[in-house]
Amino acid sequence: MSLLEVSGLKKRFGGLLAVGGLDLSLEDGEMLGLIGPNGAGKTTVFNLLSGFLSPDGGEIRFGGRNVVGLKPHEICRLGMARTFQIVRPFPQLSVLDNVKVAALARHPAMARALEAARAVVDRVGLGPRAMDLAGRLTLADRKRLELARALATEPSLLLLDEVMAGLNATEIDAMVRQVAAINQGGISVLLIEHNMRAVMSLSHRIVVLSFGEKISSGTPREVAADRRVIEAYLGEEYVHPPQA
Amino acid sequence: MRLLALLAVAVLVALPFVVGSYVVTVLIFIFFYAYLGQAWNIVGGYAGQLSAGHAAFVGIGGYAAALLSAHAGLSPWIGMWIGGALAALLGAVIGYLGFRFGLRGFYFVLLTVAFAEICRVVALNVDAVGGALGLYITFTGNPRQFQFQDNRAYYYVALVLMLASTALVRSIERHRFGAYLTAIRQDEGACEALGVDTLRVKMQAMILSSFLTGVGGTFYAFYLFSLQPNAVFGIPLSVEIIIRPIVGGAGTVMGPILGSFILSPLAEISRTYFAQGGWNGAHLIVYGLLLIAVVLFLPQGAYPALLRLARRRP
Amino acid sequence: MDPTLIGQGLLSGFLFGGVYSLMAVGLTLIFGVMRVVNFAHGDMMVWGMYLAWMLSVRAGIDPYVGFVVCAVALFLLGLVVQRGLVERIVDAPHEMQILLMLGVALVLENAALVTFGPDPARVRSPLSQATVWLGPIFVDLARLLTFGLAMALTGALWLFLARTDLGRSMRAAADNPYGARVIGTDVRKVYGAAFGVGAACVGAAGALVSPILPFQPTSGLGLSVTSFNIVIIGGMGSLPGAFVGGILVSVAESMGAVFLSPSMKELVSFGLLIAILLFRPAGLFGKTAG
Repeated sequence: MSLLEVSGLKKRFGGLLAVGGLDLSLEDGEMLGLIGPNGAGKTTVFNLLSGFLSPDGGEIRFGGRNVVGLKPHEICRLGMARTFQIVRPFPQLSVLDNVKVAALARHPAMARALEAARAVVDRVGLGPRAMDLAGRLTLADRKRLELARALATEPSLLLLDEVMAGLNATEIDAMVRQVAAINQGGISVLLIEHNMRAVMSLSHRIVVLSFGEKISSGTPREVAADRRVIEAYLGEEYVHPPQA
Repeated sequence: MRLLALLAVAVLVALPFVVGSYVVTVLIFIFFYAYLGQAWNIVGGYAGQLSAGHAAFVGIGGYAAALLSAHAGLSPWIGMWIGGALAALLGAVIGYLGFRFGLRGFYFVLLTVAFAEICRVVALNVDAVGGALGLYITFTGNPRQFQFQDNRAYYYVALVLMLASTALVRSIERHRFGAYLTAIRQDEGACEALGVDTLRVKMQAMILSSFLTGVGGTFYAFYLFSLQPNAVFGIPLSVEIIIRPIVGGAGTVMGPILGSFILSPLAEISRTYFAQGGWNGAHLIVYGLLLIAVVLFLPQGAYPALLRLARRRP
Repeated sequence: MDPTLIGQGLLSGFLFGGVYSLMAVGLTLIFGVMRVVNFAHGDMMVWGMYLAWMLSVRAGIDPYVGFVVCAVALFLLGLVVQRGLVERIVDAPHEMQILLMLGVALVLENAALVTFGPDPARVRSPLSQATVWLGPIFVDLARLLTFGLAMALTGALWLFLARTDLGRSMRAAADNPYGARVIGTDVRKVYGAAFGVGAACVGAAGALVSPILPFQPTSGLGLSVTSFNIVIIGGMGSLPGAFVGGILVSVAESMGAVFLSPSMKELVSFGLLIAILLFRPAGLFGKTAG
């Protein structure tokens, strides 16, 4: 039984079929990359998986259990945590207090939650900035905070939505190592990413979405060589170069 | 800090034996409105759900206790809990409708105002609960009927209300419920993604807040000996309730108390000095100006500003 | 039920709807362009009424002429409120904006109370006595004139928004504030003008209503609620919605007055607001709010 099984997932927005019959599976411990051109429906898939949107069709089974119709907080409690593409820190709370809110989901007692939060904050490298207001952090630190909060809910599956976006090369390297460490620690990861180097190096497998449909899947190498993928990203000319 | 608080409480306990009746009365109102403000603070300050209709809960609590006392001979000491429960019921209805239907900000404010006004109009027109004349409570001076000969007894009741509610809010702040409230005020969606059942938490805040406010309604009724629909359900009372925590610091433990100590004397002064201005109008102008000033210059309220000032002096 | 009475009510409601439309159009303009909810809307209208009253009593100017002065005065008030207050909290959380406008409402309402006293006032216009008979139904000239002028003003506003540069900038800012800035719109100026024009609408509406209805400082809340009702039904930010909504609500209220008692009318008004809030916060025509 896969950790996450998605079959026939559909979502419509008015006349637009954002996700059209998606099948996807993710094994325990796996890191699955979800790539595709802008507007392919990747974040919509995340919203559907995490309960922020309800599907118009299809099934989502997490740990064998159907999670369609559950509220986001219920899905989080079941062990699926997500980050947001545009980070949403609690701006007026400190880094530690931000993560504490997440930790309270697993540790209702304040003292224990603070301890757990502390551990996660140190783990992602925000230790020195634990008491800073989240609203004042740099983007890279905010991304770390977003990650820390999701981690503090002690998930078995982590949905990361473009966690590298906006970071410079050094920051991306650090984040790649961070994500790899998380996965090695036993947490499965579903990763939406535009940074190809990061996705290719991190993922065990990749699924490619275009206009709401899966157009390719396989190992990073397989997918990189797939002409349908090249066509989707770069257009037909790159697959069929015009005759000079 | 602890020592300072104990000292302050000791002073407040001893005060009635030192000062005159007028000061005692002013302090009763300071304590009572601080209590109502603290109750509002739970849902309006910490959770950030602005309710401008909390007077409805005062009214329901007061009317319930008064009617039960007059018609069923039920002591207000018991009636106050029933009044609180009924107020909590209305709070649950308003909260459920508002939160379930996703009403935020301005829409939620309107919802609360609408409910309060409906209560007011109903109370004004239903003769069984007194109609436009309202309810009057006969003076018996019997403590078992929540009436005291001595002003000072009311003083201590009000003081207990203020201190108990403050202790409650302080406790909330230190537990999970409080952390969740504060986070919800910042970003509800992010909370949901972190396992917080935001609907449930907001409902709990609303019910607790309205319950406490309803209990306060009994004090209102049996201290003033009368309940007038326009006074006890109307917008002016709702304004009195919210302005203290807002000026003092919404979402802080000391905010409502500080706000009350600032506003009640201010209101008294404007009432006496602008008395020729007609009819209660002047002090509300001051309230309006104060609200504007707070929003522009001290959005977090007076208490956080004082804390910042205190931190700057090493 | 006497059909004449119903017909009377319908006509009366329809004509009064002109004022409601003007009032609501002002509110929705402010919201549409700036995403600010003017809680002081009703209280501004009351000041329009009192200004008309003062002009009539002190200067002998008929409100049907004086409304221009009221519109200008309220335009200035709106401008001052926007520049001096609202603009400063542009980046603050929404609750701050609500509290600010609440404060403005308190100041306006109680300033009126202190200045004019609590008793209802009314403006005497020679036209409020004249009536016109249409078959079995009569209309007082005042109501007709009020309707006509309100319609004319709404029409003028429409032209302003459609034909002038400033008007078009307002519509652009309403549609897409970021985009409007990108193309070089002086957003500050637009916001100030929008608030001013919105206030002017309600000032004129107040003046036009003053000969028809008695008013007092505390009327402000009821008028604000009615404005919100209309604007939410019609759709926040939608001008056609506010226009149509104004007529609809006025006719509904008029029918309510025919069939129910006056206090029940208030109940219906608030009940309607709750129903609308729950089921149609986007309104019939509208955009979603913030």
